[in-house]
Amino acid sequence: MIIGIDMGGTNIDGVVIAAHDGRIVRQVKRPVDRSDYFRSIWNCIKELLRGTEKEDIKRINLSTTVSTNAIVENRISKVGVILQRGPGLKWRFDDLGENVVDVTGSTDHRGIPVSGENPDELTKIKADFLNNSIEAAAVVGKFSTRNPEFEKRAEEYLRDSFREVTMGHTLSGRLNFPRRVRTAYLNAAVCSTFKAFAENIEEALRREGIGAPVYILKADGGTVSLKGAKAKPVETILSGPAASLMGMTALLDEKEADRCLLDIGGTTTDLFFLADGVPVFEPSGIEIGGHKTLVRAVYSTSAGLGGDSYVRMEDGKLKIGPERKGHAVAFGGKHLTPTDALVYLGVMEAEHSRESAEALESMAKEIRMPPGEFAGMIIGNFCKSVRETIENALKKINSNPVYTIKELLDGRTVKPRSVGVIGGPAKALSKYLERELGLPVEYPPNHEIANAIGAALARPTAEITLLADTEREILSIPETGVYEKIGRTYDLRRAKERALSEVKSAGQAMGISSDVPGAEITEESSFNMVKEYRAYKNIRVKAQIKPGLVICRKAERG
Amino acid sequence: MQKGGKRMKAKNKLGLILFPAFDWAISPTHPEREERLLYTQDQLLEEGIEDVEGIHFFNPLIATKKDIDRVHFCYPGMEELVTESHLIAAGGVMRAFDAVLGGETDKSFALVRPPGHHAQRVVYGDRGFCIVNTEAVGLAYARRKYGDMRVAVVDTDCHHGDGTEDIYWNDPDTLYISFHQDGRTLYPGTGPIEDLGGPSAFGYNVNIPLPPGTGDEGFQYVLENTVLPILEEYKPDLIINSAGQDNHYTDPLTNMSFSAQGYAKLNSRLNPDIAVLEGGYSIQGALPYVNTGIILAMAELDYSGVAEPDYHLGRWKQSERITGEVKRISDEVLDIWRRREALGQKLFGGKSSVKRNRRVYYDTDGIFESQVQEFRPCPDCPGVDSIKSRNDLGASLIGFTIPRKACPACQKAGYDLFEKAKGLDVKKRFLQDLVRDEFFAV
Repeated sequence: MIIGIDMGGTNIDGVVIAAHDGRIVRQVKRPVDRSDYFRSIWNCIKELLRGTEKEDIKRINLSTTVSTNAIVENRISKVGVILQRGPGLKWRFDDLGENVVDVTGSTDHRGIPVSGENPDELTKIKADFLNNSIEAAAVVGKFSTRNPEFEKRAEEYLRDSFREVTMGHTLSGRLNFPRRVRTAYLNAAVCSTFKAFAENIEEALRREGIGAPVYILKADGGTVSLKGAKAKPVETILSGPAASLMGMTALLDEKEADRCLLDIGGTTTDLFFLADGVPVFEPSGIEIGGHKTLVRAVYSTSAGLGGDSYVRMEDGKLKIGPERKGHAVAFGGKHLTPTDALVYLGVMEAEHSRESAEALESMAKEIRMPPGEFAGMIIGNFCKSVRETIENALKKINSNPVYTIKELLDGRTVKPRSVGVIGGPAKALSKYLERELGLPVEYPPNHEIANAIGAALARPTAEITLLADTEREILSIPETGVYEKIGRTYDLRRAKERALSEVKSAGQAMGISSDVPGAEITEESSFNMVKEYRAYKNIRVKAQIKPGLVICRKAERG
Repeated sequence: MQKGGKRMKAKNKLGLILFPAFDWAISPTHPEREERLLYTQDQLLEEGIEDVEGIHFFNPLIATKKDIDRVHFCYPGMEELVTESHLIAAGGVMRAFDAVLGGETDKSFALVRPPGHHAQRVVYGDRGFCIVNTEAVGLAYARRKYGDMRVAVVDTDCHHGDGTEDIYWNDPDTLYISFHQDGRTLYPGTGPIEDLGGPSAFGYNVNIPLPPGTGDEGFQYVLENTVLPILEEYKPDLIINSAGQDNHYTDPLTNMSFSAQGYAKLNSRLNPDIAVLEGGYSIQGALPYVNTGIILAMAELDYSGVAEPDYHLGRWKQSERITGEVKRISDEVLDIWRRREALGQKLFGGKSSVKRNRRVYYDTDGIFESQVQEFRPCPDCPGVDSIKSRNDLGASLIGFTIPRKACPACQKAGYDLFEKAKGLDVKKRFLQDLVRDEFFAV
């Protein structure tokens, strides 16, 4: 049995899934107690455990808002930030608090130290941080992924004095100093909160005698072990959309194609894309609370309208959303919504269909339109907005910069061949969406617990960035802390082998069994470097374990 | 929390076409190889340029045969000479024009390779790593698409842009200004002050040859005292900067002492609408910093923090002797600019044909070419011109150009001349009709 839990803003959903065939054995829904996330989750787990033997539980997967809410609600540790930025753009980090300090020294793009910091600087900073009752620290250098020596020195010096010291290079191999600073800051900021949550979970499981491993869902649609998440809690932010996306891929039939996935909520409709069945990612990393980070995340965007959007006439024009004024009239609300239009069109059942019809008819009368036509117009406009949002998103995704002639000429673009929809009005809207989008639309069963299913079935993901420089004779993989000597003859073939084995062991560390599915090379290049009439290589390889499902469910026809 | 600190916003919206062509090289260890923009890309990524609000990245277009035909006579033909990488580099510049003239951004910078400013009207092969004049192709495309305009091309590459000079030699609507290391000390050897343009555009080719060792101070002097006053008077609709980066003190092929700060300041004062990367082969020590500096200057962001790791103020200061020489050259150029009409009248007044003999060396491909250009001044338009050319590999051609603003009589004359050239002993005849945007090669 696999337990999957998705904690949303108001509710927490849990499922128990049979590990051998993906059957949903049990499901529960509970309100979230925002003052005690652990208690909310633990109550849900206990509920799910009823009727399940403890020994049968293979794994427990959680998608939580613990870190996300800590950031958004500013319930974070007091963080001191030490930067070695050297020359370049003057990004400001003063919004990160009073304790952001620069040290001298810099490292260049090859990872060659230009000059180091003065040891006295760190001594003074440490004393100041302690005086200012700093709880956690982040140390970040420009190009630290290429050479982390400064960050390591600073971490070693500060380690014993603060609860957490986050080193920028450990969070991502990607180059982007300002994002690295913010990612490290957020990691340090949520460490305490997340650790406390994780320890509560561990303690409770121990008390109950449950030995199953716990995994936390990440924003990229993969999981990380609880231990891994304690070290890099920033990776657990914004996992909700990933849960929704992974749930949809689990529930839908076709797995390999380019698809667009829609999650129609009350206020918004979230969009995702799959390219050959693999989620399309945010190009650089996700943004949270205005902080652009290096946290890898599935691409998602929203259309500002959902089933409960406020429908009204403004200056003779029909407006839908973006605000929501409560439930649809059909479900006890006071204001007309797209849901009421669906009820009027007879494609959706409702509790208060009479009141709903009256509300719609009265607005239709105002503009002298037959109510049936008016209901059709509301749904027509709704679908048109969704189509425009899809088109704009695709335009953006398909114009991401490319850097090789081959990519430019090949022009691989994401072209959805079908659409998957979940959410309250999914089924009722499907045929209208089909007409508007000109694509087959599928609405899976059990969509109301798609997020919990997604959390349950997601498997670990990992990404590593390898750089081998045969002139400097250095190989680096920041994500796994590898900085080692290589020979002058190191080549691309060996680099690729190494990258694959490294990403697989990163995956194993996160709990994937010996055979690691989904490990692949995503980027590879080898550049000739010429220096004083000798040629060297600058080799770059990226590898990942791509998001996927631990087991493939057979879709149940609804 | 303060909101302001999280964002960085460009004052000028800037379009960047960063296309490093990581799968193309002239040869594996040639300076124009895959690695050339690798460290620039690293630097720009690490600086977080992609997150600056108002800076947008665009992929290049791919130039078509017609785009190339507007500028070049390719022998034996475009297909034989021009690779996909050239079409994309030119397409990158075309995209830069679209960004600005189509209103997406205020300015744009095409960081593309290979460069183009040594590619002349006749193309037998590669010269100075160039086959297609990317800026000229971009500008011709833009003029066709957005209408004619008065343009100044300011070439800050260390090498004289002999290709660009050749293309606009007789075009009064395209002012070409080049600062470069004196041709007596560097490839391609051209670019003396006395080369001032053809009879219809005399004075609109401005060469400013500078002595080896010229540094930030010298470039600044030339810009403030000569280039800006000329531009002030010319009043171009558009300024293009051929932003070669080999005046840098670390460049392996040249002998100048310009810095990243110097380049950024120059760009900021010049205030070009469009910049195009040309040469520059100090790919680790210069390009990452110079490109960052230029981008910030174009976006009107604070570039004062950009510096090479090994830059020390004072170390690259030019000598007193150079300061004096730069001042003398600069003043002479300005003096000639002011007297250009009288000088032109004296040289070409009353002439119906002006001939010019040239020898052209293709260093990359080892070809020698000799050509005779003929300009036919007309009172109503710049007049039809032609190039008769042959090279030491036995190729020969004649090409006629009917300029964009040709009068009906000259347009007809162009076709007549092309027809009459049938009898000539040349392997290929070309006609560029830039009025109708039609091109013939037989």
